[in-house]
Amino acid sequence: MFRSRADVVFWVVLVAVFLAGLGATYVVKNEYYFTALYGILQAMLMAVAWNILGGFTGYVNFGSAGFFALGAYTVVFLDKALGLPLPLLIVAAALVCGLLGLGVGYLSLRLKGVYFAIATLATAIVLETLITNWRYVGGGRGAYLVAPAEVPFLFSSYVDMLFVVMLALTLGAVAISRYLNASRLGRGLAAIRDDEGAAECAGVPTLRLKLISTTLMGALMGVAGAPYPFFVTFIDPASAFNLFVAVNAIAMPMIGGTAHWLGPVIGAILVGGTQEVVTVTVKAEYSVLVVGIMLVLFITLAPQGIVGLAQKYLRRRK
Amino acid sequence: MSAELLRVERLSKRFGGFTALQDVDLHVNAGERLGLIGPNGSGKTTMINCISGALYNDEGRIRFAGEDITRLPPFERARLGIARSFQIPRPFRSMSVLENLRIPLEYAARSRTEHRRIDDEAMEVLERIGLKKLAQAPSGSLTQVDMRKLELARALAAKPQLLVSDEAMAGLSSSEVDEILEILFTLNKGGVAVIMIEHIMRAVMRFSERIVVLDAGRKICEGLPDDVCRDREVEKAYLGE
Repeated sequence: MFRSRADVVFWVVLVAVFLAGLGATYVVKNEYYFTALYGILQAMLMAVAWNILGGFTGYVNFGSAGFFALGAYTVVFLDKALGLPLPLLIVAAALVCGLLGLGVGYLSLRLKGVYFAIATLATAIVLETLITNWRYVGGGRGAYLVAPAEVPFLFSSYVDMLFVVMLALTLGAVAISRYLNASRLGRGLAAIRDDEGAAECAGVPTLRLKLISTTLMGALMGVAGAPYPFFVTFIDPASAFNLFVAVNAIAMPMIGGTAHWLGPVIGAILVGGTQEVVTVTVKAEYSVLVVGIMLVLFITLAPQGIVGLAQKYLRRRK
Repeated sequence: MSAELLRVERLSKRFGGFTALQDVDLHVNAGERLGLIGPNGSGKTTMINCISGALYNDEGRIRFAGEDITRLPPFERARLGIARSFQIPRPFRSMSVLENLRIPLEYAARSRTEHRRIDDEAMEVLERIGLKKLAQAPSGSLTQVDMRKLELARALAAKPQLLVSDEAMAGLSSSEVDEILEILFTLNKGGVAVIMIEHIMRAVMRFSERIVVLDAGRKICEGLPDDVCRDREVEKAYLGE
């Protein structure tokens, strides 16, 4: 685990962030902060997941909201049918969405570039239609979920606990993404992104690697959606399959930088933070505008994102 | 005569109604230098796409090192020891020159490479090809001739038994052609069999021990370079009646 000094720094920061988050729930009593941070963390987890396929492997996914919602609805279904505890629900959402990711991975056999992107969008629309017509999980009217009355451990509220859970999940995803970025597997994915045919001729089993990438992406997005029903306590297809979820998942890595694991993390903090500030200080509707403007600015002025800008700056100083 | 490395038997490939290759036989011995020539559209590139696995042939079989590889995907053929370079260079553009070589070393040649030695071995290959100074350069920034060298270096990093060089010299100046030729001769001395596809006759004639001529998807001639030059069929294919 600790192969270099950078590894040590990374894990120390990771643990410190987690402990700080955990400590804050005991010190800070205003629940608003945790609600806001939960939203940013959820978006960060989605962005990190999107980036594994979109950034590392070069396959753009427009259907992120579909994976997110499938994770949420897996939890709605299993909670109603079996009443499983939260950790098991999260694992189940990861499995179901990982499976969907695997299926989408097979699409990459025949579809590349923009056609693959359209297929992922179509997948999300098909899923939304199915869920809208599925009475058991509330159908188009939506479903209420009652958070357990008893809050486990010493948390003062259920939202506080969900915040800590989401923090742990997101940090876990960041660790996976970072490991992947620097591994043999990650270099294979980068080769696929640069030139799939040449990668195959260099001995890279492209199909297998793409399937690993899509499955991992799907599973992490499912994990991001799993605690959502408990967080909002009311879920309907319109909110779960919200286009905004998918837009954020693409915009954050694009703004932060897609080639590096840190890109989606920085993008999520910047975009998510700005959105939250604008929502509170100006108007909630404008938070959507924020992503749009930032995205246009970065794509035209800094297509490699913030990490790309930083790397260019560092290289020039050398 | 050394052992047979590659054998292509009665290979046919059609694209819709167009027959790109028809019943072509081809073999390469271990360590041999084979030239594959023919006018434009004669099926040379289709042939090497079938050998490397980018395309599957409709009929016929391909055997490599005693194994039937007719239905193997390209990455498994690369692992067995078939490497190719592309006519138009296709570097991994987000990577440096050195990182480009890590991919075949870590994947195609994985079972033949010690993990700790990957960077050293990549440097050794770059030294042999003459790209050592550019190891850290972004691969997208190379000049044409260096791109061609990178193609060969990356193919070589897969530690192949057979290298298929697809027009590695097209569009290069005369001195650059000599440079690439030297590299290919050196590789061959190291025991790698080479199939050279090339339009530059001077290079093919000098390089090849044996030449196969394709025309309109059929093999029309095979033999020593000098004999092929004098062949009436070959003359007709290139110059017309």
